[in-house]
Amino acid sequence: MATVNPIVEPAVDAVDPGAAGETGRRRGPGAYLLMAPAVIWLALFFLVPFYSLIATSLYDPSGSDQAGWEMTYHVGNYATALRDYWDSLAWSLFYGAAATAICLVLGYVVAYAIAFKAGRWKNLLLVLVIAPFFTSFLVRTLSWQLILADNGWVVNTLQFLGILGEDGHLLATPFAVVAGLAYNFLPFMVLPLFASIDKIDHRLIEASSDLYANPVVGFFKVTWPLSLPGVVSGTLLTFIPAAGDYINAQLLGNTNTTVIGTVIQLQATTANQPHLAAALSTTLMAIILVMVVVYIRRADTEDLL
Amino acid sequence: MSSPVETYDGLRMRGLTKSYGRFTAVRELDLDVPQGAFFALLGPSGCGKTTTLRMVAGLETPTAGTISLGSAEITHTKPYRRPVNTVFQNYALFPHLDIGENVAFGLRRRKQSDVRRKVEEMLELVELGPQAKKKPAQLSGGQQQRVALARALINEPEVLLLDEPLGALDLKLRRSMQIEIKRIQTEVGLTFVHVTHDQEEAMTMADTVAVMNGGLIEQLGSPAELYENPRSTFVANFLGQSNLIAGKVVGRAADVVRVDMEGITVTVPAGRAHADGDRAWVGIRPEKVLIGEAGAALDAPGNTVPGGVVTDVSFIGVSTQYLVRMPWGQELQVFAQNTGRDPIYRTGQQVELSWRPEYAFLLDHDQDVRAGAEDEDA
Repeated sequence: MATVNPIVEPAVDAVDPGAAGETGRRRGPGAYLLMAPAVIWLALFFLVPFYSLIATSLYDPSGSDQAGWEMTYHVGNYATALRDYWDSLAWSLFYGAAATAICLVLGYVVAYAIAFKAGRWKNLLLVLVIAPFFTSFLVRTLSWQLILADNGWVVNTLQFLGILGEDGHLLATPFAVVAGLAYNFLPFMVLPLFASIDKIDHRLIEASSDLYANPVVGFFKVTWPLSLPGVVSGTLLTFIPAAGDYINAQLLGNTNTTVIGTVIQLQATTANQPHLAAALSTTLMAIILVMVVVYIRRADTEDLL
Repeated sequence: MSSPVETYDGLRMRGLTKSYGRFTAVRELDLDVPQGAFFALLGPSGCGKTTTLRMVAGLETPTAGTISLGSAEITHTKPYRRPVNTVFQNYALFPHLDIGENVAFGLRRRKQSDVRRKVEEMLELVELGPQAKKKPAQLSGGQQQRVALARALINEPEVLLLDEPLGALDLKLRRSMQIEIKRIQTEVGLTFVHVTHDQEEAMTMADTVAVMNGGLIEQLGSPAELYENPRSTFVANFLGQSNLIAGKVVGRAADVVRVDMEGITVTVPAGRAHADGDRAWVGIRPEKVLIGEAGAALDAPGNTVPGGVVTDVSFIGVSTQYLVRMPWGQELQVFAQNTGRDPIYRTGQQVELSWRPEYAFLLDHDQDVRAGAEDEDA
């Protein structure tokens, strides 16, 4: 096949809306002035406490509130904390991951339906997604205690159907914790997913169908990749708070599956071991930070976020 | 649907109808697009041309009627099972895939071999070889347009559908893309169905044009046929410009119709008369009208209309466009080629007009004389 005549038109250089906007404008003192309040706020209420947290985690463990604490760069606190409480850390990450996975599946379906199928009900459905926030987090979790109670209708129905044994129960099991977490954090998954899916141009899905992709293939080749920014921010917004949450574990779980948040609270208050609480907090923060960075790298969506 | 489809090697629509509630977008359309043709559906926005195209692509389900391609009926075939591809308006390129993968999309879905080589060849054809690794957002509008074309063409569809493919480009680029698309069509020999509201675009590119209006096909034919012998006021006004003058039919002979036009009798060949009633519109294209000084015997042995006064003169280089007020008050348009042989008339000057009878056409008086004229720049 012969080639056609070249067309005279200006070649457009890489158009990256974000980058182009920044390089095109010079940063004057105005930008720093605008950033100042947030920077000062973060410095006062994040950097200073953060420094104090790290310092506390390196206290000499022989100290006490009475005798006073001394910062001796005692890195051994981390080893102690991890040795004694690694299982709680694992439970936290497991609960967070399980709840996030459930939220992703349920949330994607909901967000997809609202974005593509709801038509004029879109806004109403979005309000309904946020509606649970109108009541307190604590009240909602407490009502799950009632829903999953041993003499509640859920347990009774499952026992009647033979799914749950006669003496089986749901409350105080990992299942209850994951269910509670998934329920509480579902809106954090649905909203970013909705924002991403709603932006997808319907004509792209038509184009994929025109180009021999059946609906399933079209979903995985077009809809899913284009919704990845929502998937990434949704899973982060769900996983990070869910992994650090201890209300659900305390109200719906049992003492064998204590999560890291409960341990930290206990060490910082009743047990009077602030260095262990600080070491565990720092460890949790570091683990989540590393996971998030690896995750974003793997998802390759830095430019999409 | 129960009757067997006759053998026809092109794209065939029979009784094709699409209604949305009470609004009917396409009405009982019968259309044959021969294999290998460059076919244009031309009409103003809302005339049903895009809906027709989307039904052929399988993106809309017809309310009634059938679509067949060769011997296969495809009325209800899923879009991803039709040997039909579309160049979408605004291109609909996949933003997350690079140019090469956009073009390869259809081949990969059908598990074709040699995808890389085919993509390279196709990008070569549209002059985008070096851009294969770029994302669509990094290309200019004209380049994106060519990617959309390549992405559809590479599948070698039996029919390629183009939905206002050049609508988003500026005029200069549009002209060169028209020539380029036409050349590619000739080269690959596929059937192209092109939807546009730009009459010049349709006439430049297509061998057959179907003019659509209100969900119906007003007239179908080659660009020259449609232009020279329009059958309705809509076609007369939508394709180019026309002078339409009210007249009374005073005699019908075997080969000629005589019309009384405000007291002047003119003739129209029978083959160009598309009016049955007593009253009719006499149509004549502005460039077919000759203009001369009052009393001067114009050399056209035809219909002469005296008593005109020039009311407006625009000199545009290749021609001079006149508005001439006739004795009955109507202003007629006259385009005089700037050959240098004739003088340029001034505003207020007395002139007479004349045209050869074989250029005139006769239209039904029941039709709106302004139909199609306002939609020029829609």
